[in-house]
Amino acid sequence: MIAELGLAALWLATALAGLQLLGGVLGQRESGADLAALVRPAAVMQALLCAFAFGTLVLLFARTDLSVALVAQNSHSEKPLIFKIAGPWGNHEGSMLLWITVMSLAGGLIALVERRLPEKTLLATLAAQAFVGLGFYAFLLVSSNPFERLDPAPAQGLGLNPLLQDIGLAMHPPTLYCGYVGLSVAFSFAVGALLTRQVTPDFARVIRPWVLGAWIFLTLGITAGSYWAYYELGWGGWWFWDPTENASLMPWLAATALLHSVSVLAARDALRTWTILLGVVAFSMSMVGTFLVRSGVVTSVHAFAVDPQRGTFILVLLTIYIGGALVLFATRAGTIAEGERFTVMSREGALVINNVALSALLGIVLLGTLYPLLTEAFGVKVSVGPPYFNPVGAVFLMPMLAVLAVGPLLRWRRDSFARIRLPVLAAFAVGLAVLLGMWLIAGMALLPLLGMAMAAVVGIGSVLPLLGRSLRRLPLATLGMVVAHFGVAVALFGMAADSAFSIEKLVAARQGDTTEVGPWRVTLASVEPVAGPNWTALEARLSASYRGGAPSEIKPQARSFWAPPQQTSESALLTRWNGQLYTVIGGEADGDRWQLRLWWKPFVTWIWYGGALIALGGLLALIGRLRTDLKRRTVRARVAARRMEAAA
Amino acid sequence: MNALSLLHSVERFARFVLRWVPTLAGITMAALALCLGPAAGQDLLPPAPYAYRQLDDPKQEAKAQALMETLRCLKCQGQSIADSDASMAGDMRHQVRTRIAAGESPEAIRAWMIERYGDYVSYKPELSTTTWPLFALPLLLIALAALILGRRLGGRGK
Repeated sequence: MIAELGLAALWLATALAGLQLLGGVLGQRESGADLAALVRPAAVMQALLCAFAFGTLVLLFARTDLSVALVAQNSHSEKPLIFKIAGPWGNHEGSMLLWITVMSLAGGLIALVERRLPEKTLLATLAAQAFVGLGFYAFLLVSSNPFERLDPAPAQGLGLNPLLQDIGLAMHPPTLYCGYVGLSVAFSFAVGALLTRQVTPDFARVIRPWVLGAWIFLTLGITAGSYWAYYELGWGGWWFWDPTENASLMPWLAATALLHSVSVLAARDALRTWTILLGVVAFSMSMVGTFLVRSGVVTSVHAFAVDPQRGTFILVLLTIYIGGALVLFATRAGTIAEGERFTVMSREGALVINNVALSALLGIVLLGTLYPLLTEAFGVKVSVGPPYFNPVGAVFLMPMLAVLAVGPLLRWRRDSFARIRLPVLAAFAVGLAVLLGMWLIAGMALLPLLGMAMAAVVGIGSVLPLLGRSLRRLPLATLGMVVAHFGVAVALFGMAADSAFSIEKLVAARQGDTTEVGPWRVTLASVEPVAGPNWTALEARLSASYRGGAPSEIKPQARSFWAPPQQTSESALLTRWNGQLYTVIGGEADGDRWQLRLWWKPFVTWIWYGGALIALGGLLALIGRLRTDLKRRTVRARVAARRMEAAA
Repeated sequence: MNALSLLHSVERFARFVLRWVPTLAGITMAALALCLGPAAGQDLLPPAPYAYRQLDDPKQEAKAQALMETLRCLKCQGQSIADSDASMAGDMRHQVRTRIAAGESPEAIRAWMIERYGDYVSYKPELSTTTWPLFALPLLLIALAALILGRRLGGRGK
């Protein structure tokens, strides 16, 4: 019964999306005013129904209702409750339902709160949102129904991939999806603005909080995913340039560019068409990512089911939406008047360089990700990995970071370098000193060396805008920018330090053996069998002491799950401010010895602290912007009220 | 039927059997392999002591590690052989370490891997008739970026 209710809600939501599209299109004319009045309520109701459908799926998983095919294939009654609740999106159908739920919630939220746009632009935006939504509803209902029944119900479910049975599953997919699908709002706004030709600074102020929100979630999702891969896969890698990772990086790069160009549009009424194009591209990248991950063209732990029919379906949706939006852009872009002009030595100038570099990076990642698929179609298999992405990406990243350190110091419109020469030269001098020092002392490889020097430049440059300003009167948005840019420096430093100074020890240890890895001494005390709710494991009891200090006990495990049968290694970590000790127990070596893998990873955690800082900066900026908007709204309302009084 | 012809018959039969022995043995072995299959296969793999053992010389080990991070584990999902527990990745790590220890250059080992497993095994695309766009497009992007910035920012703003 619950499953049927969920399915019915989903069909109803689909019908409402249809109504929303119809009302949004016909409401553009005077004759469609009745229909236009239905658009907002339809969007809100659709969101509620979709959320209800998603709720029923969560309930079905929580209760392990095995008469539902999806639950039987992906869950197990002995799975811990937290993974039952997080289970709905650990599979293809459920994750697509999450996708459409987030999308309809975003649409409902726009309908509820957005009052600043011209009504016609808003109608066109909600129509576009419904149009995109309909495709995904169709996909869900036709080829990926999450509520399908299984008769007779099996006695037990097949279980969830053990790699996914981790707290990361509760964090990474929902945040990432909020980001992916949140970008659909920017897409719909862009399409709406193209349809009504209304690209103004006001438009930019309206979409900025939405873009910021999506971008914050995207940043958090990628950071969480990277840390999850780092501790779960058991080899200490945190980024693999794997197609599925690139699929999340590409929308982030586009959204980051969009975020900055929206600022230019809002402040200076420049970069109009470019901002619109980025709005289209950002969500297009989300969809390309979904296609890559969900269609099975790349194999990965993310590709739950390989089904050519689904791949074709998503590809068709992709062609319609991306192709349609680009055609619309091509026909309308010429009719949008070009915005204000400016000189290179200005805030806008720096932001344009940032946008060009980010777009080029996006191009590189897209090329490197899709190229192997392209050659495979012609029967040639090639791989594109870190040796390609790292150096080629750096060519664009390094100049961008240099501009990042300088840009925020520049004034809008026109500025002179002489005004900011001193602090900028100081920052770059420190960077140069780091470069030379690290090269002479540590003999680092070129890329980590450049990364470390640039981290110093960006770290100093990012806080320079605070110079000579009262912290009290600093706008929250500016503080957000400083925090986010500083986060970039922190993350970059972590990446460079980890790749240059990591120490790895692989040993076959007997009980009582001590191994030195970096500043740590690790002793194998014993190896014990342990059991969990749906696994058994061999657990190594290690005592680790940092620079001869008091030892701490850590317990890495080699787990064997029985549903589905699979082995995973659960790494155990010890965190200090300056890095992490990473330990893994492998198999039995010969007789009485055990394989241990130990790493000392200096400053590796700074990568994710940096990611968190970037997201925090975004959050501060978002709060700051919303507060200003609210203030402006109250002032406007007061002015209007006074005018009414005066008139009376 | 005399003794001689009997002897002939026996000889012919013996020859017939002998001629088919290799084939029969092959079929029997194949059948056995099919039955014992995967279980036996594991044990028949040559030992790979350097799958989980580092080289004693830290310089050589660093060289090996750098190379391993750029070779694809063919049985995994987008991981290098330095990041995988698969037995094949272990075998390949053993190959890399022993060859580095024997003084082979990393690029020679990569070439050997490519010869055995195809271009797919190397994460470092080589410039060739199929991969040239990978290198041409970034150059094009740089040119494009210079052009955009030149046009957008070249003119004095008003």
